[in-house]
Amino acid sequence: MFRYYLKLGVLSLRKNPVLSGLMVAAIAVGIGACMTMVNIQYVMGGNPIPHRSDLLYHVQLDGWDPNEPAQEPDEPPDQVTWLDGSALLSAGEARRQVLSYRTARVMQPNDPEIRPFQVEARATTADFFPMFDVPFLHGQGWDKSVDDSRQQVVVLGKEINDRIFGGENSVGRTVVMNGDTFRVTGIIDNWNPVPRFYDITNNPFTDPEEVFFPLGVAVNKEISSFGNTNCWKPISDDGWQAFLNSECVWLQFWVELHGDAEVRDYQAYIDAYSESQKALGRFPRPLNNRLNNVMEWMADQEVVQDDVQVLLGLGFLFLLVCLLNTIGLLLAKILRRTGDISLRRALGASRRAIFSQYIVEAGMIGITGGAVGVALTWLGLRGIEILYGEFDFIANLVRMDWVIVLSAVLLAIVAALAAALYPTWRACLIHPASQLKTL
Amino acid sequence: MLQMHKVSKIYRTDSVETHALREFSLTVSDGEFVSVTGPSGSGKTTFLNIAGLLEEFSQGTYELDGRDVSRLSDNERSQVRNEKIGFIFQSFNLIPELDIYDNVDVPLRYRGMKAAERRERIMRVIDLVGLGSRLHHLPSQLSGGQQQRVAIARALAGQPRFLLADEPTGNLDSAMAGSVLDLLSEINEAGTTIIMVTHERTLARRAQRNIMVSDGRVSTGASNLHVATAANA
Repeated sequence: MFRYYLKLGVLSLRKNPVLSGLMVAAIAVGIGACMTMVNIQYVMGGNPIPHRSDLLYHVQLDGWDPNEPAQEPDEPPDQVTWLDGSALLSAGEARRQVLSYRTARVMQPNDPEIRPFQVEARATTADFFPMFDVPFLHGQGWDKSVDDSRQQVVVLGKEINDRIFGGENSVGRTVVMNGDTFRVTGIIDNWNPVPRFYDITNNPFTDPEEVFFPLGVAVNKEISSFGNTNCWKPISDDGWQAFLNSECVWLQFWVELHGDAEVRDYQAYIDAYSESQKALGRFPRPLNNRLNNVMEWMADQEVVQDDVQVLLGLGFLFLLVCLLNTIGLLLAKILRRTGDISLRRALGASRRAIFSQYIVEAGMIGITGGAVGVALTWLGLRGIEILYGEFDFIANLVRMDWVIVLSAVLLAIVAALAAALYPTWRACLIHPASQLKTL
Repeated sequence: MLQMHKVSKIYRTDSVETHALREFSLTVSDGEFVSVTGPSGSGKTTFLNIAGLLEEFSQGTYELDGRDVSRLSDNERSQVRNEKIGFIFQSFNLIPELDIYDNVDVPLRYRGMKAAERRERIMRVIDLVGLGSRLHHLPSQLSGGQQQRVAIARALAGQPRFLLADEPTGNLDSAMAGSVLDLLSEINEAGTTIIMVTHERTLARRAQRNIMVSDGRVSTGASNLHVATAANA
């Protein structure tokens, strides 16, 4: 019977093309508006590293001002000082650990045809690449001995390798940054975790850096941070060493921990570390250290902002309004077909058969509305991209994948079926004798 | 056999009660061709609606083909309508967007028949009414007489025990009306029980028995068959 109902649905939609078109349009516009916001929320709140997000923990140590927290109500700072970061890194209490910060370098290509240009860079430690599962096109990252010996090595992103070396395997070759020569150890393949979880403090929706080089080299060469730096105490003196010894937080520290026991042990370790610092006159606040895995950290930092949630709510409200319109249109359509329904009932159709017929027809409207809605969602996202194109990170928020496409169609079908319930119920109540004229 | 005993039907609104049928009793034997006549508002439409299980009644009993159909559920009534009763309407009531084949197919679809069996039945009844060459014509492409023939084919496709016809020639000219009546007679001779409501006495005479309905009751029954009225039941 399903095929029969499909056939009747097609005939019915063709019979009233204007009414059918209006219903499809109502659902499509609602789905388009709603799914545009769902898409942005989905991308913002997505898990950027699903297979490892439960193993990676962001570390927060509360060594902040005794008179006020780093953030209300009682949040520790979201980054760490060099003193604490380097101490935890040296202790090596976790399976793996990464200490890094965002900076920038001027790339000076050997090719005289290519003018020097600035690139976003990250000074980091060896575990960055295996911990965050960075895919390599050629070569690899560096090992811990490089961190210790402060060798000048570099990992390049695919785009910059294309720009400087024309996409060739440049492993073993050198690049010059700010006058210093670095040997290339690896080329990263396409890699763009959204949100950029490993450094949420510096806009989580920008692309990953194009250049990665050892933290020890960066600190040794006194390369400043280009990310957020917050201090609760004045820096005692001018100069790089005074900055390193200050209570300013500017580095992100991540550890890899497997299982609750390791998390508990590491929490105990950082608490003990805080106590040791208290003994030295630092860490004046009560113990308040945090370990958050990737998704906890993103929730804690409210990566999905409140205004996006509000827009999402408005999107669903708009869909609801469109559905109310669809209900009215479906009701009008069904009431115009009472003669047909009466006749079918007289010829032996049960209420269930009538219900099925009109629900299938509503499902077809939903699928069509969903397909058009996907197109409108795409247009909506492109509109946002054009409107806010000046911000590079917007391109990362308006990506659309199959999950969103299928969700849009599914939502459209569910919405159409929900909208059809009342009109279809009314159709089932039509009395078989009511519209058969004189019989 | 169709057997109604003291069937009453009362339509109620907030302030008015209308007695459409009053202790209406009637027996129609298998294979009969019965015409029902009466003035407008006499209750013949209500009688046919109840006989066809399109409406419920207020009091009395009704047996169709030996089964008490007074207390059937909506689903059961649909099933009985589908399997035992064929309807022919004055205005044909064909579905305009379906071609002849698909119109005749409608009641068979609800019976859950296999496609091959449906096809065999449809082809047979469409040939019977002489429209074998018009299978894929839409109703709007046919004359009134041809449309009524399609309606008859649709009614016959399910091989019903009873055929209920409401003014089947009301929208046809006399030539077409005669041909439709001839067809109904043939169908009756093949064994199908027919109850036909008509205003025209000449058509009513084509039936084996004529029932006059007046004021919701059977007023007279002119025939050689048994008629039970409320008065003598």
